[in-house]
Amino acid sequence: MSFLNFLISGISLGSIYAIIALGYTMVYGIAKMLNFAHGDVIMVGAYICFFAVSRYSLPPLVGILVAMVICTLLGIIIEKLAYKPLRAAPSLAVLITAIGVSYFLQNAAQLLWSSNPKVFPMFFQRMVSKTTPDGTVQIVPVNGIDLFGGELRVSYVTIVTILVCLIIMLALTAFTGNTKMGKAMRACSEDKDAARLMGINVNTTISVTFAIGSGLAAIAGVLLCSAYPTLVPTTGSMPGIKAFTAAVFGGIGSIPGALLGGLMLGVIEIMAKAYVSTQLSDAIVFAVLIIVLLVKPTGLLGRPVREKV
Amino acid sequence: MTVKRISKNTRTTFITYGFVAAAFAVLQVLNSSGDLSPLLSGMLIPICAWVVMAISLNLTVGILGELSLGHAGFMSVGAFMGTTAAIALQRSVESAPLRLAIAIVVGAVFAAIVGFLIGIPVLRLNGDYLAIVTLAFGEIIKSIFTNLYVGIDERGFHMSLLKDRTDLLPGGKLIIAGPMGIGGVERISTFIAGFVLIMICLIVIFNLVNSRAGRAIMALRDNRIAAESVGISVTKYKMMAFVTSAAMAGGAGALFALNYSTVVANKFDFNNSILVLVFVVLGGLGNMLGSIIAAAALTILPEALRQFADYRMLVYAIVLILVMLGTNNPQIKNAFATCFDWLKGVFRKQSAKVSGERKEV
Repeated sequence: MSFLNFLISGISLGSIYAIIALGYTMVYGIAKMLNFAHGDVIMVGAYICFFAVSRYSLPPLVGILVAMVICTLLGIIIEKLAYKPLRAAPSLAVLITAIGVSYFLQNAAQLLWSSNPKVFPMFFQRMVSKTTPDGTVQIVPVNGIDLFGGELRVSYVTIVTILVCLIIMLALTAFTGNTKMGKAMRACSEDKDAARLMGINVNTTISVTFAIGSGLAAIAGVLLCSAYPTLVPTTGSMPGIKAFTAAVFGGIGSIPGALLGGLMLGVIEIMAKAYVSTQLSDAIVFAVLIIVLLVKPTGLLGRPVREKV
Repeated sequence: MTVKRISKNTRTTFITYGFVAAAFAVLQVLNSSGDLSPLLSGMLIPICAWVVMAISLNLTVGILGELSLGHAGFMSVGAFMGTTAAIALQRSVESAPLRLAIAIVVGAVFAAIVGFLIGIPVLRLNGDYLAIVTLAFGEIIKSIFTNLYVGIDERGFHMSLLKDRTDLLPGGKLIIAGPMGIGGVERISTFIAGFVLIMICLIVIFNLVNSRAGRAIMALRDNRIAAESVGISVTKYKMMAFVTSAAMAGGAGALFALNYSTVVANKFDFNNSILVLVFVVLGGLGNMLGSIIAAAALTILPEALRQFADYRMLVYAIVLILVMLGTNNPQIKNAFATCFDWLKGVFRKQSAKVSGERKEV
């Protein structure tokens, strides 16, 4: 049973990685840039949801929506101010600018919200009245369901995370496959010049990609902090790096690849923590990544790029 | 007598040597006369270490043309191995400069070995995949050093992972203590040693770049397939540049670590790899003098921005973004050029006016 428990928490963690990885992989696919600031957009999303819920006492769902709207705007603004002027610049210059944006967001968050850790509220729980042995009735929060007579415990956060991840994946697949904007995105990631000749507005398409990625980052931030409720200005950086490796793991630029990569990374991390060693789990995750890339140099679902002479 | 024309390459090389030597001379004089602020004089050695890191990464990124995101990992190897050597030799080698030299060499050798081992798998990949694997190795090295225990006693070195199982004899000493790292390090790094290390690295890099091997490396950067088709061995030359770069980073790590009393693995994390990459890109790919200036300037900048107090890292981030936009956006570049032309035009008009007035007189 404990194996099943670990597997479920691995899938849940992996779902969060997958949602973050989507942001990386979509932006990479279309703009060919590594958006290092993505992890910090997650952190901003989590903070906004935190303040919306705990200071302005909005309902959680509204809090998440507010966070999504603000992160989407933030993504668009970052793209307009920092990345768009560098469209024709070498990719390393854009990478360094992204790092600058990442520093900026982290330090702005530290100034605005201080570096004291905030405890993220529990969203996914329900109140149950319980009779204690001495006869009084108490209302206790329950944050999960027990299966198999209490041997397997699945928290609501886990269930919600996995469901949300699946919904986002299905929605995105439908979006890129069927809508006009989605097709424009795929066209731009194939060949920007050809797409421009077909009358696609490449700049708008890239902005929309950033907007979607940042909106998803807000959801990922809320889910991440619901599962691991300490919120500091650097919350987003390590999950950001892990999700980025997950995107590469699955084949960067591919949406199903991000899902597969994220899930595998999450499961491997939890299994390594459970069965090998807590301290070395990161090392094991990265070692698996290296082995996979050596066997399949373009990731699990990545398309091999033909080299032209 | 025929006058030999100095090639542009040689000129850049000597300008770089001259600049470093002059900067060293000025700083050394100021430092010994006490005219340097305590803040800056305390930062001289870290600046040297970051300069070496920057020029060594420039060899990988600028000359070899492969993005590496795990350079701090090599620095970490150099720091831990170099410091371990320095501590182990504390009794047998009396002279501190000699011990420092040995520590730097040991750090460089171990970093080179690790670089070689990492290079075998890494250099088979290309582009962003190579970058992510170097990132992964950097994190693995950090994880290992956070959990490594190394001790020394009469029987020699003992090491273990995760738990302290070194079982030292009485009189033995635990050198690397897992997450606590190395404590109580004697601070033997000197500014002169830093300068010498920078000069050695510069000599190695310039001689490599201007040699047959260096041209082969740059040919691989510019067009791998064309280079391969004229018989240049990809693995050999890539490995040569990568291992050289790793060794220098190891030396820098030993120098850096022996300037502080403690060494912990978290000092050499992903953020530091990124920081060094920022030096390299800001200074210009393949431009060693640029890397040196960028590394020195950006190491001092956060300290110089102290007047902004809490805002200093924010200002740092904004400066970084603005510099990247200013140097890479064609429109802003054009705007600068137009300004410059306009200024030139104004001056020309004024001088024309002046000369015209003179004519009238």
